[in-house]
Formats: sequence, structure tokens, C-alpha cells
Amino acid sequence: MNYSIFSLLKAALSNHQGWTRAWRDPAPKKHYDVVIIGGGGHGLATAYFLAHKYGIRNVAVLEKGWIGSGNAGRNTTIIRSNYGLPGNTGFYELSMQLWERMEQDLNYNTMVSQRGVLNLYHSDAQRDAFARRGNTMRLNGIDAELLDQAQLRRELPFLNYDNARFPIMGGLIQRRGGTARHDAVVWGYARAADKYGVDVIQNCEVTGFVRDNSGRVTGVETSRGTIGAGKVGMAVAGNSSRVASMVDMRLPIESHVLQAFVSEAIKPLIPGVVTFGAGHFYVSQSDKGGLVFGGDLDGYNSYAQRGNMPVMEDVCEGGMAIMPMIGRVRMLRQWGGIMDMSMDGSPIIDKTPIDGLYLNAGWCYGGFKATPASGLVFAHLLARDEPHAEAARFRLDRFRRGAMIDEKGQGAQPNLH
Amino acid sequence: MRIACPFCGERDSSEFSYLGDASPKRPNFAVDSPNSPAEIEDAVFDYVYLRANVAGDMREYWYHGGGCRSWLIAERNTVTHEFKSVTAAPGAGAALAGQAGE
Repeated sequence: MNYSIFSLLKAALSNHQGWTRAWRDPAPKKHYDVVIIGGGGHGLATAYFLAHKYGIRNVAVLEKGWIGSGNAGRNTTIIRSNYGLPGNTGFYELSMQLWERMEQDLNYNTMVSQRGVLNLYHSDAQRDAFARRGNTMRLNGIDAELLDQAQLRRELPFLNYDNARFPIMGGLIQRRGGTARHDAVVWGYARAADKYGVDVIQNCEVTGFVRDNSGRVTGVETSRGTIGAGKVGMAVAGNSSRVASMVDMRLPIESHVLQAFVSEAIKPLIPGVVTFGAGHFYVSQSDKGGLVFGGDLDGYNSYAQRGNMPVMEDVCEGGMAIMPMIGRVRMLRQWGGIMDMSMDGSPIIDKTPIDGLYLNAGWCYGGFKATPASGLVFAHLLARDEPHAEAARFRLDRFRRGAMIDEKGQGAQPNLH
Repeated sequence: MRIACPFCGERDSSEFSYLGDASPKRPNFAVDSPNSPAEIEDAVFDYVYLRANVAGDMREYWYHGGGCRSWLIAERNTVTHEFKSVTAAPGAGAALAGQAGE
């Protein structure tokens, strides 16, 4: 069923009884050309682009729980392309452009809202660094605007400009950045992929790999039986090391917990996304009215999907520093997601040393905004056996070659990226 | 999360900094090592970049910066956050605690 104003009116006349389910619930077949492990945004986007762009439609997406139950449902829904290093700039801008046309491409309301992403600066040195970043973005054809305090005061009068320790001097804004509805992205890709005949199989946990005598991966063992596959793609960020350990592969990745928070709903307050430059705090307001915010990793390896109090306190202190009035708002809920923290803070999209097994991992903080481009370039890799031009630097062997993409310049310490 | 420091007793985890997995060992090749450069590079690459990233019990380094400033080795479950043991890491502190260290 195509979604449009006409289908809405038609359904309204029949009391909304005529809506059909958005995707099928198929039983796994014996064999697929491509099996994708992980029914999050990245896995489903990969299946969509495989079918839509590369003509490979005998595809299954295997999800151990329900689709979008992992990090796709645990992020702060921010989309942006304000990166500074070759490899990242082009890739995230490709993603931004795919976000801009996603609703038309998928015929699904993913609530992409280009409400702007603003990074505040608090010192002369930070302003210079942000000017450099903004210039890098603009040289790469990405929009960026450096605002001084007077301009910022007109747009966001409620910020704490005169904080004695960290005065707000201005900010770098990407107006094309913003937010999107995370669940709708998952559902939109599932529905669009399903239309091409892709099997979205939920409650199907991969428990092992099937390999032939040459070591090539020829299928997966799952909780719903063995499924043969021409190629297998992993898109299980957070659990990449666990799945890789099934083929005795160690990755340059550590799993860390990142918390996010939502306040009670309040009237419209924050027009876009605002980030604190002197600590780690970022906030936006959802369409329901809740403030959605987050900050640093907890800092220790974890698969627990929940964090601890010290980071909660640190995040709230960051919020109080730029917007003291949010101290009057009560916190509604809080959760943790498991990040694939890579050794340089950038993702890995590459073939593995094992024939037939392909890797999409290491998304660190940045997985949600990358969803459409990640799907496109991973589909390209699976279909053509060579990296997409915009993902040519996200190779698994870049650590050995010394070709790291380390935005933050932290070195091989995953909890600092 | 609270961590039982062998020197200070049980303290809030905010007093501690985390380094990570204690199992990778820094490769130690002599200047005139007979190993080929490729072997040495492999060993260093493995030490610096590759991690088992276990879901379950893991031995890891913590630093008690907000207390006795000792390096500690904790055994902790990464799925439940439960600490099984906390001991002094090798060095002078380990000797003071009457532990051999490693």
C-alpha cells in the first residue's frame, strides 16, 4: 500500500480499518544470495539498497529480537555531517543527502527535521578550532556557519552566556543537520526492503557460521535453523566482537555503554540541537516535548545496556552549565546502548579475511546519522566486492597500515573517542 | 557501581579511571631479536589494536585516582557489572598489600 494523502483520506472514510501490515513475517528460506545479520537501521538499509540499487533481492535480514530493538532504538536521533577528516566528510555528507530525500525514497514519514545542529564554543582557541572545522566543511561542499555571541543571543536567548567559568562566545551551526524519528527509519527501511521481496526475519538469533572446507562462510546457524548464504554481512554494532568471535576473529573494537536521557514533556523550548563545548552534553527537544540529551560514555567495557550514576550526574551538570533553567525539569527516563568503540573513533566497512563474510562495525557514537549511507556503501561492497568510493578509507586493515581516521586525535584508546 | 579497593575499601566508581583489558601484554623484543620485522609488527599490532572484547568475566585495569592512586586489576563481568575480585596491579603497591602481583 502506497502512503499518501489519498490513502489517508480513503482509510479515514472506512474508519482506518483498511490499513495492511507494513511488512511480511516470513519463515526463513533454505538459502539466500545475501544474509544480513542485524535488523537495525544499518542492516535494513543495506537490504533496501541491495534490492533497490543493486538488483539483489534474494536477501534476508536476521534479527535476534524485534527490528530496531538495539541501538536503532537507543540513540538521540541526531543527524549531521560536521566532520573534518578526509574519509568522514564525504561519507557523512552522502548520508546527509540521503536523509534529505529519505521520505520520498521510502514513501515513509521518517520525520526528518533539519532544525540545525549547533556546537557552542567557550574560548578564543575553541573559536579558532571551530572556524577551521567550518572552513573544512565548506571546502567539502557542506554547509557551516560560524555565529558570534550577538547572533547567537538573537536565536537562542535562553542560554547561559555569562557563565563565569565557561562563557558562551558563539557557535558553529550546521543548519541542514537536525533530528529524525529513529523507529520510523527502521520501519521505513523494513517496509521498503520488504516490497522488493527481502525477508525481514525477527526472533532469529545467529548462533554460529557454516563454513566449507576452504574456510569460506556459506551460511549461518540460527535459532530457527541453518540458513545458507552466498554472502553474509554483519551489521551488529555493539555486538560485533561477539559475532566475530564465532569465527575466531578479534576486532579493533571495544563495547562501551552510552547513556541517553529524556525529560518530561515541556512546551517548545529548544529549536534545534545544541551541544556544550566545554564539557560533553548535547540536547534537542522531541516533537512530543521531551528534552532528549546525552553526554559521555560511562568509560568501561560493557554489554549491559545500562549505565551508572557518575555519568548521569556529569551529563546533568553539563546541561545546567548552559541552560540552568532545566534544573526545574524532571527526568522521565534513561537508558543505555552498547557502542562499538573502534580504535580510531571511525567505522569499519570492509571484507573480512574470511571469504564470504563482510563487516559493518565500529560506529562509536555516530551510528544513527550514518544509517542511510552505511546501508548504501555496505550494499555496494556486498554486491560489487569492492568498497564504495565514499567508504574507501573505512578499511579493516587501516590500523595495521597506520591510516587511522582519528577525528579526536586520541589514539588507540576506545573509551576516549 | 562500587569498587572494593584493596587499600581503601569499597568506594564509588567515580573515584576510579578505567584503562581497559588487562590481558594484552606489551611485546618485548630485544634490539638484536632474531624475529623478523613482520613478526614484530604483527605482535605490536595485536597488542595495540586487537581486543577480545569479551561478554562475560574480564580482567581489567582501574586506577584509583580519587583515593590511593594505585593501579588495580579487577575481575568484572561486562554483562552484569558485577566485580568478582579487585587486586593490586604489579608494582610497589602490590608488595605493600602482600600480593605478589604479576
